[in-house]
Order: sequence, then C-alpha cells, then structure tokens
Amino acid sequence: MRNGNIITIEKLSKSFPIGGGEFTALSGIYLTFEKGEFSGIVGPSGSGKTTLLNILGSLDTPSEGQTNVLGRASTQMNPKVAAKLRKQHIGFIFQTYNLLPVYTVYENVEFPLLLLKKTAAERKKAVLEALEWVGLTDKIKSKPSQLSGGESQRVAIARAMVKKPDLVLADEPTANLDAENSHHILRTMEKLNQELQTTFVFATHDEKVIGYLRRIIRLEDGKVVSDENIKK
Amino acid sequence: MIAFKLAYKNLMGAGLRTLLIVFVLSLAYVLIIYMNGLYQGWDRQARIETIAWEVAQGQYWQDLYDPYDAMTLTDAHATLPASLEESAAKGKAAPILVTQATIYPEGRMMGVMLKGIDTRQKILSLPTDILDPEADEITAIVGTRLAKSAGLETGDYLLIRWRDVHGTFDATEVKIAGMFKTAVPAVDQGQVWISLTKLQQITGMPGQATLVVVDSAPEEGASLSGWEFKGHDFLFKELEEMIRTKTVGGSIFYIIILALALLAVFDTQVLSIFRRQREIGTYIAMGMTRKQVVGIFTVEGGMHAILAVVLGAAYGFPLLLWTQKSGIKMPEGTDDFGMAAAEHMYPYYSVALIIGTIILVMIATTIVSYMPSRKISKMNPNDAIRGKIQ
Repeated sequence: MRNGNIITIEKLSKSFPIGGGEFTALSGIYLTFEKGEFSGIVGPSGSGKTTLLNILGSLDTPSEGQTNVLGRASTQMNPKVAAKLRKQHIGFIFQTYNLLPVYTVYENVEFPLLLLKKTAAERKKAVLEALEWVGLTDKIKSKPSQLSGGESQRVAIARAMVKKPDLVLADEPTANLDAENSHHILRTMEKLNQELQTTFVFATHDEKVIGYLRRIIRLEDGKVVSDENIKK
Repeated sequence: MIAFKLAYKNLMGAGLRTLLIVFVLSLAYVLIIYMNGLYQGWDRQARIETIAWEVAQGQYWQDLYDPYDAMTLTDAHATLPASLEESAAKGKAAPILVTQATIYPEGRMMGVMLKGIDTRQKILSLPTDILDPEADEITAIVGTRLAKSAGLETGDYLLIRWRDVHGTFDATEVKIAGMFKTAVPAVDQGQVWISLTKLQQITGMPGQATLVVVDSAPEEGASLSGWEFKGHDFLFKELEEMIRTKTVGGSIFYIIILALALLAVFDTQVLSIFRRQREIGTYIAMGMTRKQVVGIFTVEGGMHAILAVVLGAAYGFPLLLWTQKSGIKMPEGTDDFGMAAAEHMYPYYSVALIIGTIILVMIATTIVSYMPSRKISKMNPNDAIRGKIQ
C-alpha cells in the first residue's frame, strides 16, 4: 500500500487474443482507491469495467502495467497468493448471485469462514450477524431455489461481508433486480460501507447504483474518461 | 472436510442419478467379493480335501515316477529306503505301489490305476481298514465316481487284469469290499485300491512302492537316494493354476459391472463440470485454488464409492453371510473339472479380500472422477463465474 491507498493501478493494459489478432479491453489505466470508498466503474457494455474488476480481484492478470491490491503487487502474484488474497481480504458480489445451490442460506454465508478455518462458534456468530445486516435471519434454512432475486442477492452480500473483507467487488449487482430490491440492497451495502469502513467497488451501468456512488470512474473503450467524487 | 460435506450435499441433491450409480458400484463390490470368495473357498476346500485324501503333508516319489506319463509306471517302483520303512512301521508314512490295470465291468473294458496301499495307514482318509490283506481273495475299495461309471456295488466281483514285474499278464477277480465318497477325483476316478502286500505279491514286487505319503514334511535339505520329496508347493501347483484360470474367467463378469459403474461416474463428472461452471468460478472467487476445486469434484466422484460401500454392506453382508453358511450347491458335472470339488462350495470371504476390493473400487472410482475434473485447472474463472461454457 502506498500513501494510504488500498489499490494502486499504474499503466494498466489488458488484451485478449481474438481470432488471429488481439482485442484491447483496457489501455493505460492509472487509478488509486482509498480505504472506505464507495465507488463505481461505470460505462457501457464492452467498456472494460468487468475486466478491470476481475484484475482488482486477482481473478485475472494485466497484460501490461501493474496493480497493487492490499499490498500485493500483480507482478509478484502467483495463483496461490492470489487465492489467499481473495480468501482473506476480498468479497465478491455477482450479477447472477452465484449461490451454491445445494447449500442452505446459512451454509452459503458460512462457506467463506470454512475456508478461513474459523471455529464453529466463530462461524455461527459471524453468519447470524451477517444475515441480520441483510435482514434474512428468518431464511436461514432456505435453499437458494426458494429465494426471490432480491433475497438471493442479499444472501450474496452477506456471504461477501461475513468475513469482514477490506474490499468488496460488485459486478452489476442490481442487473437482475427490480427497483425496490435494487434500492434495498444498495442501502444495505451503503450502510455496511459506513459502519464497517469496507471499500466497495462496483462495475455498473445501472443509474440506480450510480445514484448511490460517492466516486464515479467512467470507462469508454477501455480508457478512463472521467473520475469524479460526488459530494453527498 | 469442506470437500466431503459439499460432495455429500451435491450427491444427495442429484437424487436418483446418485442412487443408480451407487447401486451399480455396490453391485460391483458384492460381485467381486462373492466371485473371489467363491474361488478362495473352492481353493481352500480343495486344499483341505486333497491333503486329507491324496497328498497328506507331502509325498516321496520314486525317481522315475511321473504321474503324467503312464509309461514310466513300468519302472517307477523301488524298495523303500530304511528311513521310510521305519516311518511306515510307525504309521507316519503310507507307501503306495501303482501299476496300470484293466477292469472288465459288465463285459466292458476300462483302463485303471491299480494302487496298493498299507491297510493300517491313518494318514489318508481312504477307508483302507476295510481291505483284508490276509484273505485269500483280493478285496478292493473304489470311489463312488468309478463305481457309478463302472456300475459297481459293494460285494460285486470285478475281473481285473495287470502285468507283473516281468511284463506277464495275469488276471483275477477282486471283491468290492467297500466304497468311499470323496471330493477328490484323483483318488476316485479310474482308481482301484487294494492292499499293498497283495499288489506287491501279484506283481512280484515285494517291499516296493512307487510313492510314499508322509504325515509331516521332512526338514529342508533332507533327501533320500532314489526318492524325491514333493511338498505342497509342488503338489498344489496345478490346483493353483486351475483356480487362477477360473478366477480370471470369472472376473470378466464383474469387470464389466465395474466398468459400467465407472463409466457412469465418469459421465456424471463430465456433466457435472459442464453444468456447474458458475459454481466452480464462485469457489475460485471465494479463495479456493483451482487444485482445491479439482479436489472437491474428485472427492465428489469418489464419494460414490464410499456410499456404495454402505449400500453394498446393507444388502451384501447378509447375502454373503448366507452363502458362506449354507454353501453353493455345485452341479454334478463339476467333477469333470478335474479338481477337488465338494457337493457344496462354501465361499470364503477373507478380510484381505473385502478390504482389497473396497480399496480397488475406491481407487478406480477416484481415478475416473479425477480425469474429467482436471479440466477445471484449465478453466478461465471469469468465464466460469458467468457460466460461460468452456
């Protein structure tokens, strides 16, 4: 970490081979994120926002340039280190919720803590607390197939937050939700951000989400075209 | 632990598909144990019966004796060495003289082995005490197989012709003094047993024998001039080879069952990895390495084998126990196999067989579970998270 930033991105480029040539998804990105930010990478489809989020989440690597996420430089990242970083410090929220279908709500939220080898008592306390944040303590024994879209995304938020990560990366978290549910989960995330000082980075083009952000980074054709802080 | 818990939940979630695979795998367990148990039981029974009726703790063979070459019988006889003579006198050895002969039951002609044995012997289960070496007429005992094929009954007289030591043919009638029932065809089919002294008299070979059965194996290295000791290793070689051949033949059946079950496991794994890409991506996003995810799917496939052990034990244990207690009735034609086979075969399920089978099936299942799971290590997690087919 440099200058109190938890994420530093320098001269980042990412290309994918397509057919015989290459497609440049990101080009010459310089960004920094501070602890406790509630920011979003905004842009149309194909602008590179999910690619950027994946690189920040160490699910992908830059083609050029480098990132430093929570003190781990991308140049020194191997799959094992990357997995450890995600396990201990990063929570993910996906557009399609990605809950484990055979597990109950409780077990889905408990899963990251199992990976962290927490004791049963620690897990129980943390899971109940996380479900209370999202208001789903009455759905503990339900399976994902028995939940609505909004409820599923709230479970996903609880799962991302249960280990109290430093960073939550949310990729189009409201894309499959109606307005009421979208506002509900955004208010939940905003509250968690304020209470726990967790850094949230969204990738979105949903105006409802944009309305909650305190920092908006606009991407177009893989380049940052604007980066503004919003006063709330 | 997570892998096992997750695997168990996924398998239970798959319902009928899991049940079918587990059932076929359990069938493979039970069949492998049953078939091998049957052959092991057969081997065990054959050994016990053969020791009791034919080979005891070993045999001394006269140097020229070759049971597979009838021509050697003309010369394969010699006077017993003093030590064997002494053992025989103490009841620790039973000399047997063997010669070729022809019997004429109901006017038919049948080649037989005419064997003379010490009537006082207790080493073999043959009822030789029925034979009377002092009687004027020659008495004989035969097994039920020969009796059946020659149409003989106890008390019948049977014309028998042999050649003496000079090659001269002679013939007389012998009285069937008794019959014995044995699981060992080698002492029954084509065998007529009379008193050793009588046979020595009528062939002109006093004090001579072809082989000597002993009740304890000699110390290693102890040898007698002109006689070679044949231990169990040698005498059971043929039996073991026959059992091995039958085991290989019998194994084809359960190999097919096992292959079907493994194919189902493989197919399920391929389908599972194809359908659950989003789940795989989520595991990776939550901090699992690809190797760990491969492990989860491998455990999941391998767990079929664990569940199959439980199911197999539920119905297989009572079934196998029942077959072990009541035995399997062997068809009458089994005698034609040429090896000791009792009317009922009692399978023998050793701990090594059961544990070995469980390990074999588990290893095979784990391998076929691992093979398709390796694909995960080449997956792009970003595409997997979105459920994009790779």
